[in-house]
Amino acid sequence: MIGLSARNRVTRLLRHLVLIAAGVVMTVPFIWMVSTAFKGDGEIYIYPPTWVPAEIHLENFSRAWNYVPFGRFYMNSIFIAVTVTVCQVFTAALAGYVFARVRFPGRDAIFYMYVATLIVPTQVTMLPLFLIMNELKWIDTYQAMIVPFLASAFIAFFLRQFFSTIPLELEDAAKIDGCGRTRFIWRILLPLSRPALASIGLFTFLGHWNSYIWPLIITNTTKMRTLPIGLRYFVEESGAQYNLMMAAAMITVAPVVALFFVAQRQFIESIARTGLKS
Amino acid sequence: MQAKGKVGFLKQLKHSLERPLLRQDLMAGVTYLLPSAVVLLAFVILPVVMALVLSFSKWELLSVEGRKFIGLGNYTYLITNKEFWNTIKNTIYFGAVKIPADIVLSLLVAMLLNGSIRGLSFYRTIYFLPVITSTVAVSAVWRYMYDPNFGFANVVLKWMGVGPQTWLYDPKLAMISVILVALWKGLGYDIIIYLAGLQSIPRMYYEAASIDGANAWQKFWKITWPLLSPVTYFIFVMSIINSFKVFSQIHVLTPKGGPLKSTEVMVLYIYRTAFQEFRFGRAAAAAFILFAIVMAITQFQRRVIEPRVHY
Repeated sequence: MIGLSARNRVTRLLRHLVLIAAGVVMTVPFIWMVSTAFKGDGEIYIYPPTWVPAEIHLENFSRAWNYVPFGRFYMNSIFIAVTVTVCQVFTAALAGYVFARVRFPGRDAIFYMYVATLIVPTQVTMLPLFLIMNELKWIDTYQAMIVPFLASAFIAFFLRQFFSTIPLELEDAAKIDGCGRTRFIWRILLPLSRPALASIGLFTFLGHWNSYIWPLIITNTTKMRTLPIGLRYFVEESGAQYNLMMAAAMITVAPVVALFFVAQRQFIESIARTGLKS
Repeated sequence: MQAKGKVGFLKQLKHSLERPLLRQDLMAGVTYLLPSAVVLLAFVILPVVMALVLSFSKWELLSVEGRKFIGLGNYTYLITNKEFWNTIKNTIYFGAVKIPADIVLSLLVAMLLNGSIRGLSFYRTIYFLPVITSTVAVSAVWRYMYDPNFGFANVVLKWMGVGPQTWLYDPKLAMISVILVALWKGLGYDIIIYLAGLQSIPRMYYEAASIDGANAWQKFWKITWPLLSPVTYFIFVMSIINSFKVFSQIHVLTPKGGPLKSTEVMVLYIYRTAFQEFRFGRAAAAAFILFAIVMAITQFQRRVIEPRVHY
């Protein structure tokens, strides 16, 4: 009896030790980011690096902010990610509704076309898309970062699956009451689907927020860059100015981390849910 | 009932147009599909066709020749090219190290987290932190930590009694360094997924096994692992596809493909060929080869591995 509970306690202690060790590994880079961001220009070159900065240099943040226009990068990223997310969810909801509820000749062929777009990797389409953008004179513009992404077959399938769980009787009842299709979608279907829409919206927003290779290819001028690309150029430019580089990284990471701590459960659950569903 | 064949289709179409209710369905269907269908056709399907045509042409902005059709020329160039094979090797090396490590580590941590344990949501938050933060930002932090003179990585080595390394500048270590970052970043996600999987295994299986005298090892192999196989399969498939697409962290950590091109993966090669060398035909062909490899692997998984997954 005594041996058993002692063994349990030891196992539990060991478990926590391993979990804490894993936690430390996960957070150490963030600790260095924060620590270095406040250091003075000389202190970053001390070896071994000091954990706590000798003096706090708040001006690193304004220096980083002014070195490249982070404000502008944030605006670009927000504008593009929000626009793309809203449009994708909206167009995909319409498509998902059709695939779930409306039959007509040729629908299945169109469905397969949507499937095909999911199979093709973006690495194949990025070069021709670039050439198309060049023809349209859309290089280095907002349109180029938004228009090609106004639709998403993935979201369409996700919502199709969700819509098929909504009972047909609901729509029939609405029809009997004289409610047209459009009004049904707008007034009944979409409000009912709010959790699914929110999940997929968040997932999509995050994906687009972090989008890297396309903005990299399509932007030339600083003022059009999105946050990941702007930060990357800053990293290249700042070379070994690690304190400024870490300050910039902090500026990039802070809002998302803050949001995360506030809305953890929704974050994790929505990402896990959309991930598993596919 | 949808009949097959083109004649059938036209007949059905005519049929639908004549009957008001069916016509309504047809109109509604087409109208609601139109926005997304047009975008997908114009910006996904059309580019794929263009890429195919490009891959059969020679088009290099920096050369004096114009565009010309060369059939399989790009493909034969690539499959006999040492540099391209290097990128395939690097890409496979990346996946071959990262994926097993990812699965083993995340399963291990998920198992430790499973069961009533204090601080579950605290651990979950911490582990998820790398997942949601910007890849560029964390890659910048790791680039700093890997700095041979000022970074933390060599400090850790000193604690372990090993001499300092040049990490991202060492041809033998550069790829491992990159893999470490990718692993660190993605582990939290897989931990959450495994945790969900573990929590869906009914406890009574374990209790029944205990009654039959099974030890922890047997419980794992006979209950946990088989019942988790759908999750493992999912993680495995997603990881393989993603490992072929890895780009941003490599572009931040080792923008030029690393020492002796040891971290140049396929996407980096495609990017360089298209947007730095401006050899469009060759880049398109390389992208299609990437596509073909991913498809082959996916098919292999679906035919050979999936049947062995317990559902």
